[in-house]
Amino acid sequence: MRILLVEDDAEVARFVRKGLQEAGHNVEHAANGRDGLFLAASEQFDILVLDRMLPGGVDGVRLVETLRGQGNRTPVLFLSALSAVDERVKGLKAGGDDYLVKPFAFAELLARVEALGRRPTVEAPATKLKIADLEMDLLSRTVTRGGKRLEIQPREFRLLEHLMRHAGQVVTRTMLLEKVWDYHFDPQTNVIDVHVSRLRQKVDKGFDKPLIHTVRNAGYMIRAEG
Amino acid sequence: MERWREAGSAAVAEAIAERLASDVEGNSIYLLMNPEGRRLAGNLDRWPQGVPAGTDWAFDTVQRDGLTTEARLNVMELGNGYRLAVGRDVTEKQRLRDLLAEGIAWSAFAALIFAVTGAAVLRRALEQRLLPAAQTAEAIAAGDLSHRVPLSARNDEFDRLGRSMNTMLDRIDRLMEGIRGVSDSIAHDLRTPIARARAKLEEAVVGPDDPETLRAAMERGITDLDNITRVFEALLRIAEAEAGARRAAFAQTDLTPVLADVAEFYGAVAESRGQVLETDLPPVLETVGDRDLLAQAAGNLIDNALKFTPEGGHVRLTARALPRERIEIVVEDSGPGLAPEDRARAGTRFFRADSSRATPGSGLGLSLVRAVARLHGGDLLLEDAPQELRGSPGLRATIRLGSA
Repeated sequence: MRILLVEDDAEVARFVRKGLQEAGHNVEHAANGRDGLFLAASEQFDILVLDRMLPGGVDGVRLVETLRGQGNRTPVLFLSALSAVDERVKGLKAGGDDYLVKPFAFAELLARVEALGRRPTVEAPATKLKIADLEMDLLSRTVTRGGKRLEIQPREFRLLEHLMRHAGQVVTRTMLLEKVWDYHFDPQTNVIDVHVSRLRQKVDKGFDKPLIHTVRNAGYMIRAEG
Repeated sequence: MERWREAGSAAVAEAIAERLASDVEGNSIYLLMNPEGRRLAGNLDRWPQGVPAGTDWAFDTVQRDGLTTEARLNVMELGNGYRLAVGRDVTEKQRLRDLLAEGIAWSAFAALIFAVTGAAVLRRALEQRLLPAAQTAEAIAAGDLSHRVPLSARNDEFDRLGRSMNTMLDRIDRLMEGIRGVSDSIAHDLRTPIARARAKLEEAVVGPDDPETLRAAMERGITDLDNITRVFEALLRIAEAEAGARRAAFAQTDLTPVLADVAEFYGAVAESRGQVLETDLPPVLETVGDRDLLAQAAGNLIDNALKFTPEGGHVRLTARALPRERIEIVVEDSGPGLAPEDRARAGTRFFRADSSRATPGSGLGLSLVRAVARLHGGDLLLEDAPQELRGSPGLRATIRLGSA
């Protein structure tokens, strides 16, 4: 993917850029808002990673508002040292698609960037999701594996749906917490792990090939081959 | 005049004598003079010189019964040299006027004195009443926040002013305390893990060049840093809630699904530990609040309950509406409970009961719950759980939410 990183802190920029490049992405970097806006408006990117506070008169929020005003719909991930909920809401309202508070683990950033970048640009109203022999029917809200119906509770359904929509991508615990439960706080305990392991019991138990994988130091991933 | 025309001077003189006789007050003045300048009738000794004939009502000084008085006179020529002066003695009136003028002057003077002294007294009284408030304000401006405006028993507008000042000061004090608390916590409780992380990394640098050890040390360092970040986030969130900054996010919320979700969220944890998490929620529980914070507060209570309750234990989440738009959220457990002396301190930042040192946690959970409850105009109550939850006393944590 072609990624534009707008970040004024040289060290963070270097670290993020290196990490994203190692993950196989093509990264352009701008150190201030004005250059960032110029690049974002004149070239095609798959995703923009913006610091919320930028020098040069154009901060992250202004940059996104300007782009959205021009009809540019490139997904935007905000990086910010401002953790207050208001700030998150402000960022998302301005047209940001995701919000990551500094300091962050690189795995978290990478997972979010990939989730945003591979999001279908036109939300195709898929009615079925399928990974190997695991099938999810979004209309009847049923899940089958190898033709056998699985007993899945509503919340587990949403958890599995989120994993399946991002099949082959790492989904972090925080992402699940935010996207499946809409919680923006630290649950203190490894609640997400408990939920995933419960889901795993239903989806993978009794089948040869496990589909839900734990990615060390990052999160979970659903994929066909072990 | 008519008499003169009809009957001449004698009749006039008679009429004058009659009138004078009937004049009780003795203010009337009459004088009839014949052409030779002799008095025919009347009570003036001499003809008033100052009044020319034919003038209407002029003032003059006249001689009357040997006394000089002020009079208003009308002088007319009756013809044939006869002259008549008719008038009224105004000395009384004059005196009355003088008296009045004097009276008014005196009373004006008295009023002025009263006004000035009254104003001074009132001002003194005001100053007296406002002095404590002013002194308090000065003391606070000088940096001592412990002062409060003393209140009298009168419960008047000054007391009301004093009371609102005190409420304001309490709030400021609490905020200051919060800031102080946060900086204290940062000083104490972030330094320790930071020092630990630093030590580990340093050790790794000077230690053996074994890549495995090095990697493990670095991973531990990152974990430590992550924990520091979590503590920091928690502190910020508490501070945010305490400062009331999050009130902007308040919205009409139905608490029942929020609590049900939280219970379901932590229910998985309970299940994995063989504990039972029961809920008893009303169909609808409307309130105005911050959904995320309320969920986190309830979550923290449940998380605590689950942590301190042994396997097979019970945790119960109940919520109900109280009168006057108040709401109660209760989390009870069958765990070991809290010693009374720990209860008061639970909820202060980083407090951990000695018995809980072995359990993971930052000691910030209840602080957040308390801050959230206060943000919503309520408080956190800790007490022994009822025996029906079996076994040991257990803890019952109640969040009361006021109509914030």
